[in-house]
Amino acid sequence: MSRRILVGCKRVIDYAVKIRVKPDKTGVVTEGVKHSMNPFDEIALEEAIRLKEKKIASEIVVVSCGPSQCQETLRTALAMGADRGIHVEVPNPEYEGLQPLAVARILQRLSEREKIDIVILGKQAIDDDCNQTGQILSGMLDWPIGTFVSKVEVEGERINLTREIDGGLEEISVGIPCVITADLRLNEPRYATLPNIMKAKKKKLDVCKPGDLGVDITPRLIVVSVEEPPVREAGVKVEDAQSLFDVLKKEGHFN
Amino acid sequence: MLSRLAPIRRLLTTNIRTQTYLYSTSLSPAPGFYTEQHHQMSEMLNKIIERDINPFVKEWEKKGIFPAKEVFKNLGNHGLLGVTKPTENGGLGLDFSYSVAIAETLGNVKNGGVPMAIGVQTDMATPALAKHGNEQLKKEFLEPSIRGDYVACIGVSEPGAGSDVAGIKTTAREKGSDFVITGGKMWITSGTQADWMCCLAITEPGEKNPYKNKSLICLPMNTKGIHIEKKITKIGNNSSDTALIHFDDVIVPQANVIGERGKGFYYQMMQFQEERLWGSTNVLKAMECIISETADYCNQRKAFGRPILANQVVQFKLCELQTEIEALRSLVYRATKEYISGNDVTRLATMAKLKAGPLSRRVADSCLQYWGGMGYTDEVEVSRLYLDVRLLSIGAGADEVMMQILAKMNRWPDTYPM
Repeated sequence: MSRRILVGCKRVIDYAVKIRVKPDKTGVVTEGVKHSMNPFDEIALEEAIRLKEKKIASEIVVVSCGPSQCQETLRTALAMGADRGIHVEVPNPEYEGLQPLAVARILQRLSEREKIDIVILGKQAIDDDCNQTGQILSGMLDWPIGTFVSKVEVEGERINLTREIDGGLEEISVGIPCVITADLRLNEPRYATLPNIMKAKKKKLDVCKPGDLGVDITPRLIVVSVEEPPVREAGVKVEDAQSLFDVLKKEGHFN
Repeated sequence: MLSRLAPIRRLLTTNIRTQTYLYSTSLSPAPGFYTEQHHQMSEMLNKIIERDINPFVKEWEKKGIFPAKEVFKNLGNHGLLGVTKPTENGGLGLDFSYSVAIAETLGNVKNGGVPMAIGVQTDMATPALAKHGNEQLKKEFLEPSIRGDYVACIGVSEPGAGSDVAGIKTTAREKGSDFVITGGKMWITSGTQADWMCCLAITEPGEKNPYKNKSLICLPMNTKGIHIEKKITKIGNNSSDTALIHFDDVIVPQANVIGERGKGFYYQMMQFQEERLWGSTNVLKAMECIISETADYCNQRKAFGRPILANQVVQFKLCELQTEIEALRSLVYRATKEYISGNDVTRLATMAKLKAGPLSRRVADSCLQYWGGMGYTDEVEVSRLYLDVRLLSIGAGADEVMMQILAKMNRWPDTYPM
């Protein structure tokens, strides 16, 4: 099968870093902060690699939009097993205003240009937690979509997907081409091995600009202010159930 | 299942690790020394450390041993046990800076024993075999060690000679096409679970020059006559098993000699360059991490109405130590660069080791002091580090031996017969 998979690999602040809001409240501090691939995108990529290993796909193209450091994220993806990368260069400060609508448009143009059959994205990025790009992209391409996917099974020209929904699990079947967004339990991403890290150095990595794809990335949303979450207040210890009841009653939790 | 999800689960909750002071498990950028590939490799290793090593170190420390086979197989699968080894033998044929990057990253392991055993496997027991061994020997011992199927140990020290390598007594006598080895080895890292030993023994008893009468021999540890006398109880590096081994007429083919007979001492001295650079690099992150943890603790801990960290003497001391750590880092990077370009770096590697041992003791001791009573318990990292790093001034040649080597290189008069 010569199916081609496109995987989005966003470079985000590493999950272990404590996020700090900039003093001017326009965003969060990214300078000098460790970045890595969005964990949900790692899961998406792992699934693509498994599809390739099962010979269901023949090529995996990874794409990342943002400043030049995104190429490091793409190299990591190539070391994990992707075949080639596309870096859509969006330097700072434009990158700070890059929103799901524009990213979806970029992915749409790339999917058409690269003759993509399946797009796999993380369900959301852990920085802005938008959870929009996959859905918007599916609309733009007019392809079916499975979001929050925890299981992928390809059967001929259809893919059976298990989705994690509020009430439990939902099984759906979509035709190819389609868009899939990966949830946490879909798989356990592999680590790149050192031989593959060295091989990834030689894999193809193209660079283009949103303009080259005919995409206007002007932000449609304006960030008014970014705030720290409220600090959790200290609790109180009470002696026994009766005093707990008294406190709760005093605070008006019981009538 | 739960453990693999733990790192990601953490980000789904609000329970994110807080760190007040800048400390990163990542390598410093070091442009011109580390490349993007070094950094990617290091990040991959960090993930393995965080998922497969650090959650278990406390348990291993208690047991006095860690499952070397399991840990090494994992590392071997990711290509981390043979970075500098020939590609024909399953290695990656990369330069020594990749070993240094691994050593530095392994400083993030929350004990000294596991990194030490890994270092023994990759940069202490195997460099001579990789450089001078014939293909048959490499196939039999090096390749499975690179894959992580074999655990290697290095047999140099003995009950009667450690830093004084020339003074070892273990002897391999010729018998037909074999050697019969008698003697014993002590302080053997991974000795109770190793599959083979890179064993230094006297093979030319007729040669009076102690630098020319020894050979390095690949010795399978399941050979008849090898007795693991005991697992030595130590004050630190507790997750690493350390053995006292006795050889009772151990028969090994003469073909198992690495390179040329009689050159063992020389090969071992060359091997020491890598060992010393490795050990000096390995301690960098552990020192930085403890300084960061100490500052965090001292910022929270109040005495006389203010944080301990608000004392200038504490801040100054920690800053001074940080500076020395960076100086040591620069020294090992420079020594590595010179080593890669083909120079003998005995002098720089010796100096690095001489700096790393005492500095790590000073860092651990200074930090422990600021932890007060807590520092004297076994519940904190600083006390564990204090006991672990003490070894660095002893193993791979004691500080005094480092100074002796340097003095000798200065061609100063002998202080006593050498």
